[in-house]
Amino acid sequence: MPLLEIRSLRVAFDTAKGPFKALDGVDYTVDAGEVLAIVGESGSGKSVAMLATMGLLPDSATITADKMDFEGIDLRTLSAKERRKVIGKDISMIFQEPIASLNPCFTVGFQLGETLKVHTDLKGRQIRDRSIELLTDVGIPDPAGRIDAFPHQMSGGQCQRVMIAMAIACAPKLLIADEPTTALDVTIQKQILDLLVQLQQDSGMGLIMITHDMGVVAETADRVIVQYKGRKMEEADVLSLFENPQSPYTRALLSALPENATGDRLPTVSDFAEAGGF
Amino acid sequence: MEDDVILKVRDLYRTYDISGGLLRKASQLTAVKGVSFDVERGSTLAVVGESGCGKSTLARMLTMIDAQSSGEIEIDGLSIDISKTGISREMRQKVQIVFQNPYGSLNPRQKIGHVLEEPLLLNTDMPSAERRDLALEMLQKVGLQPEHYGRYPHMFSGGQRQRIAIARAIMMQPKLLVLDEPVSALDLSVQAQILNLLADLQEEMGLTYVFISHDLSVVRYIADKVMVMYFGEVVEYGTQDEVFDNPQHDYTKTLFAATPKADVESIRKRLAAKAA
Amino acid sequence: MTNSSPAAKADTAKLEAESRNATKAQFAEFWYYFSQNKGAVIGLAIFALLVVMAVFAPVLAPHDPDVQYRDSFLAPPIWQEGGKAAFLLGTDWVGRDILSRIIYGARYSLGIAVMVVIFSVTTGVCLGLLAGYMRGVVDVVIMRIMDIILSFPALLLALVLAVILQPGLKSAMFAISIVLLPHFVRLTRAAVLSERSRDYVVAARIAGAGHIRLMFTTILPNCLAPLIVQATLSFSNAILDVAALGFLGMGAQPPTPEWGTMLAEAREFILRAWWVVTFPGLAILITVLAINLVGDGLRDALDPKLKRS
Repeated sequence: MPLLEIRSLRVAFDTAKGPFKALDGVDYTVDAGEVLAIVGESGSGKSVAMLATMGLLPDSATITADKMDFEGIDLRTLSAKERRKVIGKDISMIFQEPIASLNPCFTVGFQLGETLKVHTDLKGRQIRDRSIELLTDVGIPDPAGRIDAFPHQMSGGQCQRVMIAMAIACAPKLLIADEPTTALDVTIQKQILDLLVQLQQDSGMGLIMITHDMGVVAETADRVIVQYKGRKMEEADVLSLFENPQSPYTRALLSALPENATGDRLPTVSDFAEAGGF
Repeated sequence: MEDDVILKVRDLYRTYDISGGLLRKASQLTAVKGVSFDVERGSTLAVVGESGCGKSTLARMLTMIDAQSSGEIEIDGLSIDISKTGISREMRQKVQIVFQNPYGSLNPRQKIGHVLEEPLLLNTDMPSAERRDLALEMLQKVGLQPEHYGRYPHMFSGGQRQRIAIARAIMMQPKLLVLDEPVSALDLSVQAQILNLLADLQEEMGLTYVFISHDLSVVRYIADKVMVMYFGEVVEYGTQDEVFDNPQHDYTKTLFAATPKADVESIRKRLAAKAA
Repeated sequence: MTNSSPAAKADTAKLEAESRNATKAQFAEFWYYFSQNKGAVIGLAIFALLVVMAVFAPVLAPHDPDVQYRDSFLAPPIWQEGGKAAFLLGTDWVGRDILSRIIYGARYSLGIAVMVVIFSVTTGVCLGLLAGYMRGVVDVVIMRIMDIILSFPALLLALVLAVILQPGLKSAMFAISIVLLPHFVRLTRAAVLSERSRDYVVAARIAGAGHIRLMFTTILPNCLAPLIVQATLSFSNAILDVAALGFLGMGAQPPTPEWGTMLAEAREFILRAWWVVTFPGLAILITVLAINLVGDGLRDALDPKLKRS
């Protein structure tokens, strides 16, 4: 049984110009111990799918799916309360802006402790010990000292590490990372990606990487879903995707990478759109 | 066009005062420490570095947004020191800037036509019909349609907005264009279009670019010369081939190592390592 | 430069049509988000009715508001025993028709509120722009003065000003404007502070825009959304304050049919004739409520828009 299985997910938003289809019948499956990358440009609906799964979309969104199972539990029928039990414990998520994702009024230790308090039976001293342990796991130097630091006293990379610590605090079975390194510098990005992949391998959880960066995909993923304008263009394991892309859109994306440039001009997606008809 | 230097920067410093609070002493932060370089006419210098390395401060000084603390900037034979001389129309016509975020760099309440005409309105005595014609011409040049003239920025995609920002920058026919991460907020396919557009414009108008970026693959594609900055200092400066093929400084090497590789060989290597 | 050829001229018409479409689309979007809020639409309808009532008061009012009908002092409203068909909402203690006085009163209340809001918005926006844009000493001086104004209880300050400037409608209006002023200054300043470092402002500066242009043409239009909302809410505040000053005898002077003054005059008849106080009170309540609903709707329509662009 796959860890997460979604069939024919559709999401539409109400806007001033009528309903906007953000996702139009896309399937997702993730197995335990697997790194799935969802790659696409803005407007491809890559984040929407996972936000819909987490129940984090605003009320203006209409979500339908033929199937939305997590470990055999139908997420569609869960009440808000039951959903909260699953989400945050078994599924957790990290976001693009690490500094904005942390509450500036509280120390990182306190925020980490809150997560532990809600989802585990740990108490008092144990929570603090576990928090320090988690901060050690995500590679924060001097965790016992940094636990009482406020988010603004830490760098972006460290904040993202704290976010990861919060996300893995309850040993989730599935971690969703929504553009986790987009706001970070290249050298920090490398460290965070390495950390995520290492944590994933150690714990055997499923990891979904949502990204627009083909480099990030190449460095982390086992399997890749390429999306464009709310539809799935291609699904393949990472090597065959880069070696032998099937969809014209994927080919377009790969050839638009500056490092793959052959001539004077970069081919653009629209060059391919006419030929490929997507 | 050897030795035809259009931008000459010597020993440039920029210091910020950090005002002290009740419990803190006032201190100083030097964002740019003694930077010197030359840019030849019609070429592209890429400035590479991570956040906080001073590359944006450098851009702000080159475009006369901020004054330098000390050092010389000379653009097309014109010495720039705005804290002493102020900014003249002539100086303004030499250099323009394109910002990173196309969502923030256009006034949300200003129609595109007015965005483009503003520099002309403020710096020339051109009649309005002529300004409009020029704006329309420029729209076409950057790959937009005349009917975009009367629209608001929020009706455009990020790539289109960046085209508008580029059109605005070249309205005054500048010699030097400072591009502050012009493609890092854009999607990959749009990034390619904008890079192509920039290449076309450079050829057509003989523009000189100072291209600020953190993305090495873009830099490799577009730059003639590369300058790597680290904590306000230049740690590496040379032609593109020199820097990419034979980096000298440790930081440059770290930067190269950290850049994700999207080629099949690297993926194979990674998967093999994982399986082991 | 390309010269205007015939083809270019034909284009002009097209360009202008396109430009108008863009403006229209902007408005259509605004209206969509505004109309999502049902309360706001109802509020707007009521407010429009009130405006119509004020404008066409001479046509709509069944009687002259100042004529005293000596044969019907304190006549109750029509549905109560002893009510007269000529006086729908009854008459006051000197026999004036309450309905007519309320209709004419709308002129005063709305008119005063408009003047007050215009005065405090223009002054407040200018001061706020200066403070936020210039920073430094200018900022400190302006903001400290505003803090001083804010530190007085609003009504007390208005009362004191009204007394110093001689009780009357004009001084009441001035006093209320002063009381409302700090809100606009602070709001403008906050908006300017967040806008002035944005890239488009820097871009305009590079293009050569001077201080005045930067302040009024570049920055100000982008600060309007919260100001419009605040102006609406201040509008209802102004109506309330005018009524309060009128009630305390420091605003409009009798026999002006201003709602607050009507209440004040009717004070001693509260127990005997409930209608003399109830109807002016209701008029104030409904007006203020309607305007506040509109303000809520404006907030909904304007605020998310700012975040998206």
